[in-house]
Amino acid sequence: MLKINNLHASIDDKAILKGINLEVKPGEVHAIMGPNGSGKSTLASVIAGKEDYEVTEGSILLDDEDIEELAAEERAHKGVFLSFQYPVEIPGVSVTNFIKTAINSTRKAKGLEDMPAKEMLKLIREKSELLEIDRKFLSRSLNEGFSGGEKKRNEIFQMAMLEPKLAILDETDSGLDIDALRIVSNGVNKLKSKDNAVIVITHYQRLLDYIVPDFVHVLLNGKIVKSGGKELAHELEAKGYDWIKEEVNA
Amino acid sequence: MSLKEKLVSSFMAFEDTVDVNSPIHDIRTEAIKTFEAEGFPTKKLEDWKYTSLNSILKPDYSVFPTIENDIEFKDVKKYFIHEIDAYKIIFIDGKYASHLSQTTHDGLDVCLMSAALTKPKYKVIIDNYFNKIATKDGLSSLNTAFSHEGAYINIPKNKVVEKPIQIIHFSTGNEAAVMLQPRNLIIVNENAHVQIIERHQSLTDNPVLTNSVTEIFTNKRAIVDYYKIQNDKQSASLIDNTYINQKQESLAKVHTFSFGGKLIRNNLNFYQNGERIDSTMKGITIIGDKQHVDHNTLVHHIEPNCESHQDYKGIFNDSSTGVFNGKVVVEKLAQKTNAFQANNNVLMSDKATINTKPQLEIFADDVKCSHGCTIGQLDESAMFYLRSRGIPEKEARALLMFAFSNNVMDSVKIPELKNRITKIIAKKLGVNIGFDL
Repeated sequence: MLKINNLHASIDDKAILKGINLEVKPGEVHAIMGPNGSGKSTLASVIAGKEDYEVTEGSILLDDEDIEELAAEERAHKGVFLSFQYPVEIPGVSVTNFIKTAINSTRKAKGLEDMPAKEMLKLIREKSELLEIDRKFLSRSLNEGFSGGEKKRNEIFQMAMLEPKLAILDETDSGLDIDALRIVSNGVNKLKSKDNAVIVITHYQRLLDYIVPDFVHVLLNGKIVKSGGKELAHELEAKGYDWIKEEVNA
Repeated sequence: MSLKEKLVSSFMAFEDTVDVNSPIHDIRTEAIKTFEAEGFPTKKLEDWKYTSLNSILKPDYSVFPTIENDIEFKDVKKYFIHEIDAYKIIFIDGKYASHLSQTTHDGLDVCLMSAALTKPKYKVIIDNYFNKIATKDGLSSLNTAFSHEGAYINIPKNKVVEKPIQIIHFSTGNEAAVMLQPRNLIIVNENAHVQIIERHQSLTDNPVLTNSVTEIFTNKRAIVDYYKIQNDKQSASLIDNTYINQKQESLAKVHTFSFGGKLIRNNLNFYQNGERIDSTMKGITIIGDKQHVDHNTLVHHIEPNCESHQDYKGIFNDSSTGVFNGKVVVEKLAQKTNAFQANNNVLMSDKATINTKPQLEIFADDVKCSHGCTIGQLDESAMFYLRSRGIPEKEARALLMFAFSNNVMDSVKIPELKNRITKIIAKKLGVNIGFDL
């Protein structure tokens, strides 16, 4: 589904990603771990199409189509979803209106009519129950004054509504207490299927107890330096990253 | 002949059409002298530093449009908030259009200035209120000199007017260019409540210059909600001079929606003569091309325990220019004043300009005054957030602009009006927005 070949990306002429190779197949869950500043969030942003980054080399293929030239919204229409580490507050736009606009934009891009209001309401009800979201929450301004947990739950709610092919969860566990972590992970797990894939970006192994990865990759200084199964996450949790750094330098 | 000379010499012709023996005419005569002395304001004046009238004073305006124009309701329906029952005072090229209007004398006066200025039964009121708060500067004096027609509204004590009142000034420009001097007088007595929507609309592409004066008196505990829709053609310019004199515990709110016109200057002045008064002014300006909108506000806090709130948002595209000049004066007596002022702007192009200047003159020591102006570009991280959810760039930008102006829309109390403004904003932003805010 996703094939990243020798991806190099920089911001303001500063190289951040220095040759990433990654293949994600339908039905798989990949975890990308690594210390601060290793390029994890950059990778997520580059896949989602943030224009601040310049891809200097390599390619990103989604279902064998190069998406590097596509705008962020076009990638979203093709099924890419990024759950933000820091969701942006937008006063004056309610969660409901926002998600309606997002869904209908995608439908429009696919040549479909707006989703009928009834169907939309049903979908909203269904997905908000999945994430244990209160109705009142939906009429609040998007992310404005939300707690860390509410923001992340709202991100996964949007993911549930948009049903992406490829979901990238950037530090979704940060700022979550144990209950919120359970709810969010539960939501992600219920959305998993043999046709979609998830990339989980995290510092800690904690989230991976709930969303169990098929593969774990370690990102260091802009490169994936080690890949393994879910046991690698446990090893990282126990030993930190230094041993990998030593391995790489050796 | 300059426009000023033309106006001054036209005054004699104007005198042939009105009763020169009425006391009103003494006021007019005095006013034309003031205009002759003051003329049009220039950029040399501090309050006009960023707005030049030069370009709109050039056309050879017809001062007294003579052609009677037949306009049918169906042709101009879209300029009305027609979904609701409303009183309507409609003018075409400065003349009353009875077939488009719905006035009343039944328990309240919603009628014409020309009647109020000439009929004996209104004499006491006119003596007490007419030209009592309009300033004696060149522009207001010019209007006073030619004051003759406009809306006259008088709401008696305890009357809550359920239907909004729409005042619309159409100009047809069948003459090559038209200059209009509408004059409105609005008196809202104790405990009364009224909602007014005012609009100036040109129907052709010939130049129009409107120099309007509105005097509003809100007596004890009266409530006035005033909405100004400025969405005119780019050949039309408007100088709006509005004066509001408030008595104790009254509440006056003015919303100004400036979306169109060549040049718009709003002189909005509140005078608080009593305690526990609330004055609110809010505005949304969205312009482009070479349009120019200038908001010049004044709140004069004269007595203690009063509040004023100002919240103006501006979105400037292309080479458009904006001015916000908000003056708040707090007199020594006006202790415990709360005065808030905010002016937030987004420049959508490198060529757009906004000059924003808060002016606080505070002579009391126990007051809370705040002001803040911001000028920014669009938040790029917010743009990426929206686009990553599949919302295209143009819609994402519009959505953020809607969000930006939303708290001004919050206080619009007429749903149909709110809906209309929302649609105009969507159109201005070039999107078809399927959500309501």
